[in-house]
Parts: sequence; C-alpha cells; structure tokens
Amino acid sequence: MLAEMAGEGGGDRAAVGRMTSAELLDRSRRAAAWLGAQAVDNVGLVAVNSEATPVALFGAAMAGRPFAPLNYRWTDAQLERALTRLAPAVVIVDADMASRVGSVDGVTVITTASFLAVVSATEPIEGSGPDTTQPAVLLFTSGTSGDPKVAVLRHDNLVSYILGTVEFMGAGDDEAALASVPPYHIAGIAGVLSAVYGGRRIVQLPVFDPSAWLEVVAAEGVTHAMVVPTMLVRILDALERQPDLSLPSLRHLSYGGGRMPLPVIEAAVRRLPDVAFVNAYGLTETSSTIAVLGPDDHREAIASEDPAVRRRLGSVGRPLPGVEVEIRSVGGGPVAAGEPGEIYVRGEQVSGEYLGLGSVCDGDGWFPTKDGGWMDTEGFLYVDGRLDDVIVRGGENISPGEIEDALVAHPGVADAAVIGVPDTDWGEAVAAVVVPVAGATIDPVELKEWVRGRLRSSKTPARIEVRDALPYNDNGKLLRRQLRAELRS
Amino acid sequence: MPINAGSRLKSAVCDTQVVVVRAPASDVDLTCGGVPMLALDAEPVAGAVLDPAHAEGTLLGKRYASDEIGIELLCTKAGQGSLWLNGQPLGLKQAKALPSSD
Repeated sequence: MLAEMAGEGGGDRAAVGRMTSAELLDRSRRAAAWLGAQAVDNVGLVAVNSEATPVALFGAAMAGRPFAPLNYRWTDAQLERALTRLAPAVVIVDADMASRVGSVDGVTVITTASFLAVVSATEPIEGSGPDTTQPAVLLFTSGTSGDPKVAVLRHDNLVSYILGTVEFMGAGDDEAALASVPPYHIAGIAGVLSAVYGGRRIVQLPVFDPSAWLEVVAAEGVTHAMVVPTMLVRILDALERQPDLSLPSLRHLSYGGGRMPLPVIEAAVRRLPDVAFVNAYGLTETSSTIAVLGPDDHREAIASEDPAVRRRLGSVGRPLPGVEVEIRSVGGGPVAAGEPGEIYVRGEQVSGEYLGLGSVCDGDGWFPTKDGGWMDTEGFLYVDGRLDDVIVRGGENISPGEIEDALVAHPGVADAAVIGVPDTDWGEAVAAVVVPVAGATIDPVELKEWVRGRLRSSKTPARIEVRDALPYNDNGKLLRRQLRAELRS
Repeated sequence: MPINAGSRLKSAVCDTQVVVVRAPASDVDLTCGGVPMLALDAEPVAGAVLDPAHAEGTLLGKRYASDEIGIELLCTKAGQGSLWLNGQPLGLKQAKALPSSD
C-alpha cells in the first residue's frame, strides 16, 4: 500500500538512485509477479544496500511473501542456519557473496543483478496488495544474548508506524536521505519506508565508512541521515582530521540503535551547529522508533542552566503519539515518575512476536522491552540499557551506562565498557575496560578517583583494564557477553 | 457498517480510497460523493452516482478528521467525491510535524 501510494502520488519524484517513485512502483509490481510465481514461503536477501533492496522489499510485500534480509557479516555456518529456517525460500545474493550461501535444501539462490534483470522482463501484477494482517518483514535479532530470534513485523505494524510518523510526500524536492545502515537492520527497513512514503530521495551507501559517508553527503547534497552511535564517533573523528570541511547540505541527523555517550553528542552539536539532531529510541520488535528527542529538545537542553532540563540531552525524548510507554517494577505494576524499572510499550506498530515463539506481549498488548529505564515528570524517557547488563553489587542495582559516561568524560578516555564480574564479597563487582585517546596514558588509580568524584563509591570500578579497542558487532552494539567471558577467565 | 482502525474503505462512486487511522466510538454516517462508503473488497453498488454537491474531490495522502466525533481517515487514493460525516463535510487535518527519525 505504501509503495502504491508513493508511486501514484509521487510520480516523477526521484525515489531511489535513478529510479522515480512511479518506476519503483512498476518494478516492485514486476518483482511481485516474479516472486509470487516461486513456490517459496519467504524471500531472503544477502546483499549490501542497492536498488534491489527497495524493489525486493516492496515486491515481496505485494506478493505476500515475508522479506528476510540477512546479515552478510555472519559466518557461512550462521547464514546456512538462518536460510534453513527460512526454507522454502528464494534468496537474493550479491555475486561476491554467492559462494558463501552454498546449497541449502529448499533455497533457490539468485544474484542481485539477475534478480533485477528477471524482474524487468516480467509483466507486473495488477491490483492491491496482500492481507495486511500477514507478516511483511522477518528480522533476525542481533544475537548479543545468544542465538538470534526472528522478529515478525506484520504489514499492519509497519504501516501503522509510517502513517503515524511520516507526512505523505511531505519532503521538499531538494531533500535526500543517506541510507548507510545495512538492510538487515530495522533502521535500514524503516528508512526505506519513511523516505519512499515521504517522497525523500534515497542515496545509498553500500557499506559504511566515515570518509565515504562525508564524501557522499557533500557530493549528493544529502539533507537527512541516520547513524548509530559508533558511526557518529567515527564521522566526528574524520571531521576532526578535516577541520575546514563543512557539510552545507546536511540539515538533519538522527541517531539511535544504541546508547549515545553524552560527550559524543555534545561534540557533534558543537562541530555541526546548523544540523538538527534527533535521538530516536526503538527496537526491532517495535517497528523502529517509539520515542524521539527532537531538535528543539536538543537546543533547549544544551542552552539550559536547569539541571533537570540539561540532563534531557541524555534522554530519548518523549514517546510517539501512537504508542504508550510505561515503566514497571520487576514482576510488578507501574512505578512513579523518576523511579527506575523495565520499559513496557504498547501500540499498533509494536509486534513483540517471534517466529516459532509467538507473541511475548501480555494480555493487554504490552511488550516488555527488557530495557531498564525511567521517565521524568515531563514525560521524557531515559534508557539505562539492557536489564541483563545491570550489575547487582551487594543488593544495589547499578546500570553500566552512567559509569561509562563518567569514564568517557575523562579527557584521556576514548571509549569505555563497564560490566559486572563475580565477587566473593559483593556478589558482583564493577569492572571497567577503557580505551585511551591516542597518545594518552591512563592511570587506573587516578581514573577511579575521577569516577568517585562524580558518582558514589559503590559505582567506582573495583578493577580497570586498559585496552586498544572494545569488541563491537557490526551494528555498533558492544559485545558485553564477550568482555564478561574474557574478564572472568 | 462498522468502522475500525486500520480498515480500508472505498467510495461507491469515484476512485477515492481511505484507511481508518482513528475510529469513532459510535456508529457514523460516512459518505463519499454523497453515497455511503464501502469496504475495500465489497461489490460495487449498481446505479450509484456522484452527487455534484459532494464533488470537491479528495487528495492523496491527506488526512480528514473530526475531533468532535473522534475519527481520522487517510486518503490512500484520490477521487472526485468529497468525504462527509453525519451530514457535514469532513475537514482536512493539519499535519503535526514529527522530526524524521530514520
């Protein structure tokens, strides 16, 4: 439905690369005819961002075949396991990755180029799309906490998100969105849907690299972009090496997909004063964003002397109009403003459903995010991090995030991770792994004092280890499980 | 005919299609082009014609709403008829601007 509206209402507007909205609709209808003729349950994708991504996404949707973009950075064995779960399926694969997919029973492989060629040669389907209560997109969760689960997003979930947040063809003619998040990430899917429905031209960056990102922003006149925190850190580093570089076209930069350290966003606002920043919080299971901290909130927080307003820069803003957010105590009911607990969310865009497991929402439709957080009296939501990452020291619950913020605020610290390690006295003790800024030497004793001066002593790391780098997955998520295992051994 | 959030309706006399974004709590009389709207998959009504007094047209992607009744419709296909609710033209809703987040 979204592509049909865009195709009919957008017409000659540029949609993706050289394709107009009308051409995207035509190719999606041709893709739907071809995909619909295959005896498969699902459509997989193992490819970097290209024109094939939106064509396959909308084509699969119109054909009533769930679209499952896979992480091309997985090992061959992980890819094989994922494809086995999708079979019978057709999988669209970049030519240079074809050998990695191998042969899986019930899986037909077609290269991206062959897919686009066969689509052009197929007569388009006519008429309306599928039953909107059916699954549209299957996304494998990042699996930082074990084997990946497969989140099921139905047409109704995604359409509700788009209708609730995007003004149809609301983008100006000159606007262009840079897609640099991979297609297997919820932000990659939501980015395509938002831009196509909003009439904003999509410029694709196949693989993220900070210099390439800056070059494409300048060359293509990119006005809007979305990054995860690690991308922003690397972009700022690249900008630091090019102090004269300005990005006159860039107006709007949203970030999400992980905790943004305060010093990073403060540096970004200083370096790019004309850019409107948006912090978006959401999960795969909630069809992307459920809360936003908008440009005005950023400006107000940065300019304010009031600590309660100032600290909002570390919040994820307020819930979207179409969703409800509630903070609940562990195993209990809602808590008062300012009290920490687990973040629950409800709304039509919320799926909360996994392949083979069904819905994990409660009887009233509330989805437990497994994120810890709290809400202030003005309705601003603060996310402390995954509840699984909470350190329990002598009965006190300690979130790693604020200690990491305190560590990164030290001029000699570039990056920091805080985890709990077993401790005979306290049950768990606070351990930190820090990365020094280039050329700096870290004195663990002095750094402990630094944290003690900002937080209380129970939050001061008992142990500090210095390393060259922290382990991240390719979505920019810190691999705490790996660090925990390393520190315990 | 019951109107539920998410349901899709079409005009009996023009190309207009809408999706219900917010559903009213009570039964309403919803027409397009002067004739009651139909479910998207319903059979066309024989002999229905566009009332010239209800032919202002609908605009693709625009929202039509009444806060009083608690209804909001999004036009997914434009047509010649205009939307009326309980004997009154349904107004265009001003878009609330949300910052782009992806």
